[in-house]
Amino acid sequence: MKKSVMIVGVGGQGTLLASRLLGGVAMDAGYDVKVSEVHGMSQRGGSVVTYVKFGDEPVYSPVINEGEADVIISFELLEGARWLSYLKKGGKLLVNSQKMAPMPVITGTAVYPEGIEEKLAAAGADVTVIDALSLAEEAGSSKATNVVLMGLASKFMGFSEESWQKAIDTYVPAKFLDMNKKAFALGQKA
Amino acid sequence: MKQLMLGNEAVARGLYEAGVAVVSSYPGTPSTEITEYAAKYPEVYAEWAPNEKVAVEVAIGASIGGRRSFSAMKHVGMNVAADPLFTASYTGVNAGLVIAVADDPSMHSSQNEQDSRHYAIASKLPMVEPADSKECLEYVKLAYLLSEQYDTPVLFRTSTRIAHSQSLVELSDREELPLKAYEKNPAKYVMMPAYAKPKHNVVEKRMEDLAAYAETTPLNQIFWGDKKIGIIAAGTTYQYAREVMGDKASYLKLGLINPLPVKLIADFAKEVETLYVIEELDDIIETHCKKHGISVIGKELFPWIGEFSQRLISEKLLGKTPEYVDFPETIPARPPVMCAGCPHRGLFYALKKLGLTVFGDIGCYTLGASAPLSAMDTTVCMGASISGLHGFNLARKEESEGKSVAVIGDSTFVHSGVTGLMNIAYNGTNSTVIVLDNSITGMTGHQQNPTTGYTLKGDPTAKISIEKLCEAIGIRRVRIVDPYELKNTIEAIKEEVAADEPSVVISRRPCALLKYVKHKAPLKVDPEKCKGCKSCLGIGCPAISFENKKAVIDHTQCVGCGICSELCAFSAITE
Repeated sequence: MKKSVMIVGVGGQGTLLASRLLGGVAMDAGYDVKVSEVHGMSQRGGSVVTYVKFGDEPVYSPVINEGEADVIISFELLEGARWLSYLKKGGKLLVNSQKMAPMPVITGTAVYPEGIEEKLAAAGADVTVIDALSLAEEAGSSKATNVVLMGLASKFMGFSEESWQKAIDTYVPAKFLDMNKKAFALGQKA
Repeated sequence: MKQLMLGNEAVARGLYEAGVAVVSSYPGTPSTEITEYAAKYPEVYAEWAPNEKVAVEVAIGASIGGRRSFSAMKHVGMNVAADPLFTASYTGVNAGLVIAVADDPSMHSSQNEQDSRHYAIASKLPMVEPADSKECLEYVKLAYLLSEQYDTPVLFRTSTRIAHSQSLVELSDREELPLKAYEKNPAKYVMMPAYAKPKHNVVEKRMEDLAAYAETTPLNQIFWGDKKIGIIAAGTTYQYAREVMGDKASYLKLGLINPLPVKLIADFAKEVETLYVIEELDDIIETHCKKHGISVIGKELFPWIGEFSQRLISEKLLGKTPEYVDFPETIPARPPVMCAGCPHRGLFYALKKLGLTVFGDIGCYTLGASAPLSAMDTTVCMGASISGLHGFNLARKEESEGKSVAVIGDSTFVHSGVTGLMNIAYNGTNSTVIVLDNSITGMTGHQQNPTTGYTLKGDPTAKISIEKLCEAIGIRRVRIVDPYELKNTIEAIKEEVAADEPSVVISRRPCALLKYVKHKAPLKVDPEKCKGCKSCLGIGCPAISFENKKAVIDHTQCVGCGICSELCAFSAITE
C-alpha cells in the first residue's frame, strides 16, 4: 500500500503544520513516510503545495506528479482547481470554499473563475467542499482553518482517532491546543 | 528510535552526532534550517555570519583551531565563499571541516540555477550528495571522517527536494571530541607562493587517492534489477528513477559526486544493455563517463533546465504519459506577493509614484518588481543594487542622477551592500541608496543579523547602527522614514534624489510577520463611500480585492496597516 496526499493552498494558510500532522500520524502507524515542503520566496502569498507520501513499502520520490494523488486537500477554492490534474482517477478532492483573490485578479488582468465547485464535479472529481473558515472561526480563530480541514481529511485516511490527537498534541503549540482540538472535531463532523 | 526529519534537520543532527563544535553560516533557501536546527543543540556553537565568505573563513579558523566545524549556504552563497574555499583546499584541515551547499533547481527561491558540482571540480574538493534525510545524517558523519583522513574540506551538496523533504532517520548519541592540538605550521597554513606551490602537488595527489576511494566507498551503491536498463543517478533524481522503474532497471547510485569512480561505472556499464545518466542541471556525470569512453545516454534525452520528476523519467524511458483530468478553464496564476502589512509596500508605492529607476537586490522586497507596483529595474545578486547604481550613474551621469535609487534590505546591506556604499562615498557618484530596514532577515524566514541586536541563539548582542555606519563611511545625508507614512516617505525620497551629493534613506519598520509586531484590527470598506476608483488596488495588497464594483478587504489577511486608507480619497476605508 502506498498513499499520496497533497495539501495545497496559499502561502500563509498553514499547509506546513497540516502536512506535519499527517506525516506524524503516518509515521506513528509504522509506515515509511516522506513529506515535501515549500520554504522561501515561493511561500509568500503564492500558490503552495506540500506532498505527503506514506506506505508499507519504501517511499522513494518525495514529490507527487500529475494523476498520482489519492487525496488532495485544498485550503482555497481556486487552488483546488489548479491542482486537479494531480488527482488520481477515483481520488478524493477536499476543498475549502474560501476564496482568496490572486494578484492578477486584484490587478484586473485575470478573472477568478465562477462555479468552480460544479466544474470540479463535472470534470469527474469526487469533490467535497466545506466552509472551513467559518468552522475555524467558530472554534476560535480563522488561523485554525488548516486543522478544520485536517479533521475533514482524517475521515479519508484510515488512521485512528488517538493517533490524530497525539499528532495535534505534538505539533500544535500548547496555548492554541484547545482551539485546534475543537477545530479538528468540527472538521470531522463537516 | 525513528523520527521524521527534514533533510536540513537531519544534517544538523549529523553535525551534533559527529561532535561538531562550531557552525557559521549565512541564511539562504534551501539551506537555512541546517544552521537553525544546529543552534538548538547546546553543545554546538552556531552563528549567523554577515556573509558566506566570513562564515567559511570562521569555519576554516575553527578547523585549524582543532574543532570540527561547518558552514552551510545556498548555491549562490558559494560564489561569495569561493575565495576562501579554493585556498582551504590547499591548506587542508586540522579538525574536520564540512561545507554544505544547497542547490535550487527550478529556482523555487533563487535568482539562478547554477550547479554547485562545478565548485567541487574547480576547487579540487571531495563532494558528497545524500538522497534522503537518513543519508543527510549518515553522510555528514562520514564526511567528517573523510575530511580528517584525507586532510581536506569536504563539500556536502543537497538540493531543494532533499533539504526540504522529511523522511525517517535513526538517531545516535553525540561523539564528544577533545580539542585537537594546534601546531604552528606555515607550510600548511600560510598560502604564499613558496608554500602554496608544494601544496598544489599535495592537492593533486589527494584527488588521486580520493579517486581510488571512489571505486570502493559505501557512498556509491549498486542496486541490481533488470539489466536491460541501467541508470546512474544521485540525490533526488535517483529517488524519482527508482520510484518509476522499480526493479525494471539496475541502479548505480552515487553518493560521492567528486571525484567520480571510473572502474565502478565501467563495470556497471558492462552489465547493462542501455545506460542512462539521469542528472538535473549540468552534465557532470555524463561528461565523466564519456571522457572515460563509457557510452551513456544523458542530455540528449533529459533537459538541462529545472527539476526532474517521475513523470519526466516515465515519459523518457517508458514512453508513458500519466492520465489525468485538467480543470476546464485557464486558472489565474498566483505568484508570491508582499504580505498584507508588509512595510516594503509603502516604500515601493512611493518609488512607483516618483517614477524612479530602481536598482534592486535580493530579499522579500524583490517582489517590488511584480505588478502592480512594478518598481524595480534590476536584480542581480546580493549587494548589486548599490554598486550597480553607482555604475549606472557613471554611465548616464545627469540623465540618471536624481532619477534613480538603489533598494536593499538590512541583512543584504550588511552582507555585501556596505562595500558598494563605501565605493559611492569614496568615488562620489550622486547616488541615493534606500535601506529597507525591517529588523530581520525576512525572505529566508526570520533570521537575526548584525543589525537586529540578537544572535542566532537569541542572546542580546552588539547592534550595528545603519545610520551611524553610513555616516562613518562618509555619507553626510542620512535620514530615516516610516514607510507606513506614505506622504513623508515620498517627500523624503524626492528631496534625497534631488540633493547634489550621495544620500541614504533608511525605511524603517519591522516585518509584519514578526511575533512582537502588534497588528491593528482589520480595516473595512464602507460600500456607501467607495466609488470603485481602484486607487487602493494600486498598492498590490493581497487583502484587497474588487467585487461588484467596490473594493473589499479580506479580514483574515488584513493587519490594519492603513496604507490603503491613506490612499482613499473618499475616506471609505476605516476600522
